[in-house]
Amino acid sequence: METFQVDVAIVGAGGAGLRAAIAAAEADPTLSIALISKVYPMRSHTVAAEGGAAAVTQPHDSLEAHFHDTVAGGDWLCEQDVVDYFVAHSHEEMVQMEHWGCPWSRKADGHANVRAFGGMKIERTWFATDKTGFHILHTLFQTSIKYPSIRRFDEHFCIDLVVDAGRVQGVVAVEIATGEFRLIQARAVIIATGGAGRVFRENTNGGIVTGDGMALAYRHGVPLRDMEFMQYHPTCMPGTGLLFTEACRGEGGFLLNKDGYRFLQDYGLGPAGPTPRNKAMELGPRDRLSQAFWHEKQKGRTISGPHGDVVHLDLRHLGEKKLRERLPQIYELAMVYLGVDPAKAPIPVLPAAHYTMGGITADGRTASPLRGLYSVGECSSVGVHGANRLGSNSLTELLVFGKVAGIEAARYATSVSHGPASTVDSLAELARARTLAIVTRSGGGERIATLRREMAQSMEDGCGIYRTAQTLQATCSKLAELKQRYQRVQVDDHSRAWNTELLLAIELGYLLDVAQAMAHSALERRESRGSHQRLDGFEQRDDVNFLKHSLAHFNGDDAPRIGYEPVKITSSPPGTRAYGAAGEKVDAELKAKEHAHG
Amino acid sequence: MAESKTVEIQVLRYRPEQDDKPVWQSYAVPFTDDMSVLQGLQHIKDELDGTLSFRWSCRMAICGSCGMMVSGKPKLSCQTFLRDLLPGPVRIEALAHFPIERDLVVSVGEFVKKLEGIKPYLIPKVPRTLAEGEYLQTPAQVEQFEQYSSCINCMLCYSACPQYGLDPDFTGPGVLALLHRYNADSRDGGREQRMEVLNAQEGVWSCTAVGYCSEVCPKHVDPANAVNQNKVNSARDYFLRFLSPKRDSS
Repeated sequence: METFQVDVAIVGAGGAGLRAAIAAAEADPTLSIALISKVYPMRSHTVAAEGGAAAVTQPHDSLEAHFHDTVAGGDWLCEQDVVDYFVAHSHEEMVQMEHWGCPWSRKADGHANVRAFGGMKIERTWFATDKTGFHILHTLFQTSIKYPSIRRFDEHFCIDLVVDAGRVQGVVAVEIATGEFRLIQARAVIIATGGAGRVFRENTNGGIVTGDGMALAYRHGVPLRDMEFMQYHPTCMPGTGLLFTEACRGEGGFLLNKDGYRFLQDYGLGPAGPTPRNKAMELGPRDRLSQAFWHEKQKGRTISGPHGDVVHLDLRHLGEKKLRERLPQIYELAMVYLGVDPAKAPIPVLPAAHYTMGGITADGRTASPLRGLYSVGECSSVGVHGANRLGSNSLTELLVFGKVAGIEAARYATSVSHGPASTVDSLAELARARTLAIVTRSGGGERIATLRREMAQSMEDGCGIYRTAQTLQATCSKLAELKQRYQRVQVDDHSRAWNTELLLAIELGYLLDVAQAMAHSALERRESRGSHQRLDGFEQRDDVNFLKHSLAHFNGDDAPRIGYEPVKITSSPPGTRAYGAAGEKVDAELKAKEHAHG
Repeated sequence: MAESKTVEIQVLRYRPEQDDKPVWQSYAVPFTDDMSVLQGLQHIKDELDGTLSFRWSCRMAICGSCGMMVSGKPKLSCQTFLRDLLPGPVRIEALAHFPIERDLVVSVGEFVKKLEGIKPYLIPKVPRTLAEGEYLQTPAQVEQFEQYSSCINCMLCYSACPQYGLDPDFTGPGVLALLHRYNADSRDGGREQRMEVLNAQEGVWSCTAVGYCSEVCPKHVDPANAVNQNKVNSARDYFLRFLSPKRDSS
């Protein structure tokens, strides 16, 4: 097997992986860095992020306010010391992106503009029209070309981590174009492979978002943390799940039920004003909005459509000029895919699975419990998002912690030497043999697409916006069955060059493992918090028993073992999570209390 | 659900391990009016023939993966709809002018090499520290380059470009648009370094101003306009060379 020796290997070349690669290259230009991705970097799913990236910017804003919005938004399941670091380093990362050329939208005076976003008390979301992720990704990719120490392995699909002597020692990848296997031996490995939204049926994610890195770390004993928390984005396209950014509401869009009524006022988010009010109504957090949709559907107040029930995202009052200027991509998506002119008619929308809050367990410096292994971005659980992520915190996260991961991995890489080649080689050969066995297997008869469809439907049915022990148990049983059937998956394609069917089979294996971690973590969390909502007697948050992170441990063919670890609380004890008028009241009380103690 | 109909999709297959040359293969695909060409191909892959290979990811015309020839025109398959191609058959081929690696997958490597070659990153006119905050740039200054920064690298324009079809060394519309994106950025001072690429034989002068590149661009980048502006810059550069000694760009 062709072998490369590098100091730092990074799996995934989206926003997080690219930012980490640049940070590692800048930390020590003598280090060799391998940037490995199953697609060309600019195809990575960061490209689809629309609305923006949060950073405290305005004089009347404060780091404390961003901290509080994030921690309360996450229903107090955030690592508060990590959030502290996050909010403090957000702004410099926005400026860094600006210096690298990111075309941020500007104010008339030439400074970067900020827009309102859900759950954020003050406007602090930097944006590049409604293609912020696209611009961040391309800016990072193009900037990365400056650094000669970054060697890219484009369209190389990672099939395993090499773990020996208690630490990670490299990765095994297959070059997709040729089917050749490559061992990339590394002193440190950063996983930056993105989320796992494709485990759900209706989702906003690209086809490549299959939880690869999560599954790889998990199989090597690194627990996946807080996997029960899956974000449903409230405004997605029926049928495809494609995303209409929260910026639609940040710019003033309304959500209407079948009676043309702004229904969010019935769910503790009102009163309804004529213009957007931060942390109220349409600018409430995503979990609450998706849950409100669910209730409207139960009440029969949604609109039935060819791809299920919908509500209306009404942007008409913003006018064509503003829509074209601030939301050009949304305008085009509605026109091209739905035949709806958003200046003239409301857009039908429904919630779809969007973001994996949990991920590979990481400390505040992105290190996993496995020595030498780091993780960053959506695949990682560094502790910023808790039980519900606020929109525009994730692009910022991948920049802030991408830099941290690059620096930390570079530092670690210089402290250790490469392991013995013979051991690493033989582990890589085993990985190759396991992969090729999928191609040569015969008589199994199970089809990839069938299993994938059954998994995604079962996750939606049992592990969606609202959950009960019964629905979750059914999903857990289904996943166990699918894992059995997965052993009998058969591929039509036996060739080496561009065998995408083989890759789909491997991805399905990743998806199933991640889905199990999600469903079992959800089953065990007998409370409701953030995006995890139970209907079977556990409707309330239970801080006595569940103010803690779940840890899903891989357990071979059996169901994962679920453990827990404490949440780091520094300055914000768990409080009432309230929005709209109720939220304003809570804020006022907090302020009064501070004054009294002051 | 809308009533399901069937359309014939013909795909030009090429599997290097078994085919001497590309061959057409036909599939009967059930479809609804809201289905894209990509969804048609996914149906083939999932249900009919797992050996068909093609790239795709975002489904929303932003990742740039799924460019292919659809009934003779370069298109993103995710935002081209089967209903617009009736009664069929719908003919799908790999993007023109690129070597086929397999089926609908073409080689991207040469394109990426060209992109890497033009210094596609900000070379600051005036270096600035993070503590000094962002460069100021008015909305009008952003407008000078924003359109050219919208290229998704889907390479449809290369398939549309007759010159690129004749001369694969031609830098080509997408990369020239990107070059112009940085040259036109008020923060950038790297124009002179990039002009070396531009003035080379395969740079801007190879363009014969057909304009089809801009017509097929799914993101309205208008590479033809970028190439034209660069011709002006390139000419100016060429004549200035005789008037003033070149500044040391090392």
